[in-house]
Amino acid sequence: MNESNKPVVEVKNIVKSFRIPLEGSNGIKQKLVNLLKGRKGYRTFTPLNDVSFTVNEGDFFGIVGKNGSGKSTLLKTLAGIYSPQSGNVEVHGSLVPFIELGVGFNPELSGRENVYLNGALLGFDKSEIDNMYDEIVKFAELKDFMDERLKNYSSGMQVRLAFSIAIKAKGDILLLDEVLAVGDAAFQQKCFDYFELLKIERKTIILVTHDMGAIKRFCNRAMLIKGGVIEKIGSPDVIAELYTEENIEIVKDSKSTNNKKQKKVSYISATFPHSKKKFKQSDTLSFSVEHNEQINDDIFISVSFSYKGFVFANRNSKYNDMNLQFKNSKTLIFNQPLEDFNSGNYDVHLSLHKSSNDRLLEHKPRVFSFIVTGRDLSRGGPMKIDGDWQLPNS
Amino acid sequence: MKLSNIFSKRNRVLLRELVVTDFKLRYQGSVLGYAWSLLKPLFLFAIMYVVFGVLVKLGTIEHYAVYLLLGIVLWNFFAEATNQGLASIISRGDIIRKISFPRYIIVLSTTISALVNLTLNLVIVVILMVVNGVDIHMSAFMFPLYIIEIYVLGLGLALFLSAINVKYRDTGHIWEIIMQAAFYATPIIYPLSIVIAKSELAAQFLMMNPVAQAIQGARYSLITHDTMTVTTLFNNVWFNLIPLGLVILIFVFGALYFKKNSKYFAESI
Repeated sequence: MNESNKPVVEVKNIVKSFRIPLEGSNGIKQKLVNLLKGRKGYRTFTPLNDVSFTVNEGDFFGIVGKNGSGKSTLLKTLAGIYSPQSGNVEVHGSLVPFIELGVGFNPELSGRENVYLNGALLGFDKSEIDNMYDEIVKFAELKDFMDERLKNYSSGMQVRLAFSIAIKAKGDILLLDEVLAVGDAAFQQKCFDYFELLKIERKTIILVTHDMGAIKRFCNRAMLIKGGVIEKIGSPDVIAELYTEENIEIVKDSKSTNNKKQKKVSYISATFPHSKKKFKQSDTLSFSVEHNEQINDDIFISVSFSYKGFVFANRNSKYNDMNLQFKNSKTLIFNQPLEDFNSGNYDVHLSLHKSSNDRLLEHKPRVFSFIVTGRDLSRGGPMKIDGDWQLPNS
Repeated sequence: MKLSNIFSKRNRVLLRELVVTDFKLRYQGSVLGYAWSLLKPLFLFAIMYVVFGVLVKLGTIEHYAVYLLLGIVLWNFFAEATNQGLASIISRGDIIRKISFPRYIIVLSTTISALVNLTLNLVIVVILMVVNGVDIHMSAFMFPLYIIEIYVLGLGLALFLSAINVKYRDTGHIWEIIMQAAFYATPIIYPLSIVIAKSELAAQFLMMNPVAQAIQGARYSLITHDTMTVTTLFNNVWFNLIPLGLVILIFVFGALYFKKNSKYFAESI
């Protein structure tokens, strides 16, 4: 994919800072008060601090970072909406930004009128939109609604219309910001199809997203940004892993502080002996669960594993012979060899149930998060499947 | 703000679409719709005719009702261009924050909307001129020049006001007061002869206001040669250069101020 190395976007030492007014200093009165009291009336905030990178022709370049890391500011600076204090952005070719879908949409106008208005903002003239109007309507599946006012559209219909116009935009370089985050699953699928198409057409794309799946699937290069500085530029796998790893730390931290505050009665506690979060497929994940004897009933434990938020497997101790002794021995140990886990990040959840009626006594979500490393490009999803491709006569 | 950019295809399309949208939205939801653009000046004329044509007689200018109507229509054009222009950048904050394009397109679109409205009003003025039996002179060819003068002044002020309004939201209130004072400081509803009777110097001073100069000039060219203009007041055509110079000065200053500040609109709105 990286055959040509002609740079099309060159970002050199960009610094961007904002003055955030305090106490609504938008009026002359507040300005005078501040002047008299010798206050500045604003604080300075620097979301981009000396950022430099290059995007080459045909790159599908991913930008990831936590909320507030400066990625949206970076995108707006690339789009020419913000002008940086120092440094410069050089763009070779026509650049079409999608900071948001449906820019300029007016609820009082009809769907048809909004197509022309939004189209004009994307750089199309009337005859160009005339030519693709039918296609836009067909793709948005809104044939019977085009003469209704936009305010009578559902939000899903609005997004569909906006997206249908957006994908018509012709540019050498496209900037996409979190467009993936809106809409239902069917809409996201349409987005992905569009990305695939862009990839085939070898357009240059800069994509800002939280979805590591999209980064790995589409991008050939990616960048992690943190606190307004570039942390790393590299292959999408490396960046996605780094980003996921950082997020695990945060989830962990916020959880522990929450627990301190709540002081909820807890019957069980889990102990993970691992100091690391990264595992190889040859490793075994093991942990122990203890209960604190405050329960009189017979109980059992259930462990579940999730991948991207979906629980894909669980195992309980109810039908395990050991469970009969759990009440007295207080501790159970669980061992999970990871050889059948694909690379990716996983969460472990625990729950405690009453044996007599399966009633849930306690649920402990995300007691542990871990990453399985190792790359097998032929596999995706959480678990290894046994099926494989072969020729018909072998 | 290169001139070539103003006429680039993308900017032209955008400008057109913004003006059209503005016009569509103006009478959105009203039963009579676009007809209001014509009905409003017509009713204004009816009021002028009853108050100043029948009840109060101010001066002896012929066709006084049409004379008044033209003055008010031109003043309303100036007021609309500056008031709408002033608010335009703030009210279009949604697209400014999302897309990059020359920001002056927005101000240009609101002033052009005002120009479209003026054209419709002038249609009524012309009809009433015919009804009232106003003679058309060769001087009517001067009329468009006065429109251009008011437009350039309005655009220059709109550029300055819209940019400063991003910084200080008090601008709208201050401008409202200034416009109220300016309305009475301009000989629109009263004939200039009333001021001359008190003090000729005061009249000369009032006529240095470009809007006053343009309105009186427009009335002279279109309605009646009874109208006092800068030329007749000073007995010297060259005095017209002072208000004209002011227009150019204000436009250049407004445009430069706008250009300097427009880079930061997206983050300040």
